[in-house]
Amino acid sequence: MAEEEVKLFGTWASPFSRRIEVALKLKGVQYEYIEENLTNKSPALLNYNPVHKQIPVLVHNGKPVAESFVIMEYVDETWKHNPILPTDPYEKAMARFWAKYIDEKLWPAAKKVVVTKGEEQKGVINEIQQQMKNLEGELKEKTFFGGESIGFVDIAANIIIWLVVAQEALGMDQILDEEKLPILHGWLQRLLDDAVFKECVPPKERHLDFSKVKFGSSIASK
Amino acid sequence: MAGSEVKVLGTWASPFALRVHIALGIKSVKYEWVEENLEAKSQLLLESNPINKQVPVLIHHHKPICESLAILQYIDEAWPSAPSILPSDPYHRAVARFWAAYIDHKWFTWLKGVASAEGAEAKKAALDQVREGLVVVEEAFGKCSKGKDFFSGDRIGYLDIVLGCFLGWLYVAEKRNDVKLLDEEKMPGLAAWAIKFCLEGAVKDVMPDKDELLDYANMVFQAMAKAKAKLNAPPNN
Repeated sequence: MAEEEVKLFGTWASPFSRRIEVALKLKGVQYEYIEENLTNKSPALLNYNPVHKQIPVLVHNGKPVAESFVIMEYVDETWKHNPILPTDPYEKAMARFWAKYIDEKLWPAAKKVVVTKGEEQKGVINEIQQQMKNLEGELKEKTFFGGESIGFVDIAANIIIWLVVAQEALGMDQILDEEKLPILHGWLQRLLDDAVFKECVPPKERHLDFSKVKFGSSIASK
Repeated sequence: MAGSEVKVLGTWASPFALRVHIALGIKSVKYEWVEENLEAKSQLLLESNPINKQVPVLIHHHKPICESLAILQYIDEAWPSAPSILPSDPYHRAVARFWAAYIDHKWFTWLKGVASAEGAEAKKAALDQVREGLVVVEEAFGKCSKGKDFFSGDRIGYLDIVLGCFLGWLYVAEKRNDVKLLDEEKMPGLAAWAIKFCLEGAVKDVMPDKDELLDYANMVFQAMAKAKAKLNAPPNN
């Protein structure tokens, strides 16, 4: 097989570039990781993603792919073993639906909940609880959203970890509470225990410090 | 009966539902169209899409599929015989998906922004942004089409459908704001593409008449303006 060159441009604290790390590691793909400084983006990054100038970007044999779900599908279609997406078209469509739901509904709400207070924050908390209940409805009794092993939706749902860490950093009550959301809570523990996945989350202490700095100003007026 | 195996829940004015119409047409799939009233959603819609309660929904063998881009890919995979909607090469598929995400998340948001912009300055800024987005897509069209008629080459495919469904609403924005957005000078590739797209077999029979869409849009915006004025009006004496 011809020599493959795979590069991943990302940042240690971005759930989006961490998603690609999970996908590549699940497939056993060797890659070079380039840590970007988002306040001083490299010419390479700007060249590979001129439209959005953002990470993550995967460069495979010189050809760039951007947008985390687009990259994940590319990885799945290029390295076909250990599939991340189901093969059945209906199951695949469901995975794409839930991944979109996570990015377009849960992630904006998660970003909002750590920068709002009082009644507005309560409203967002309720929203997130409902979204998580919806996810539980999809997960049901499965080990992971992908079934017995981690799949597309599990990887997409990594942003839940960022919410949990941010809430811990701010001393907030966890929305993902074992009593209220036992199914999702159990899933998260299994995800964090997974041999591949746990290599692809930021180190806890550093992540907590990062979250405190990022969202810290909202603590003062709680 | 084969037709009842495939149902589409949509509305005639929805560009997202139009995507499904076109894709099924490309595959020559027979289907039943259910015109939804979004003010009084059917039980079927609420059961088929309980999470978002939105159109379009494709129902195949009684299983609902939601979100237009997921539906397009499902149609390509469930009816794999030619013509195909997405390219076969993973890199070209990634390029198509990237631009679909740009069109939906950035460009269409800007198009919607034209309607919600208040005041002449804000309107102009919103319209400029839509135009700038089209310039970006014009460049993508050049790279994807490689001199052929469509993003997908000789026949319409994923990206043609993803952008083409908005042509009616683009026309609405142009007429309501008395501007040219799809400019033959600035975007010659897209301008030519738009004409060819609308003439395609799978498109011309299902694309809503753009002046009917304009009348509908005028009616909707008028109703919204009235409702807003009522909210802002001083209380009755």
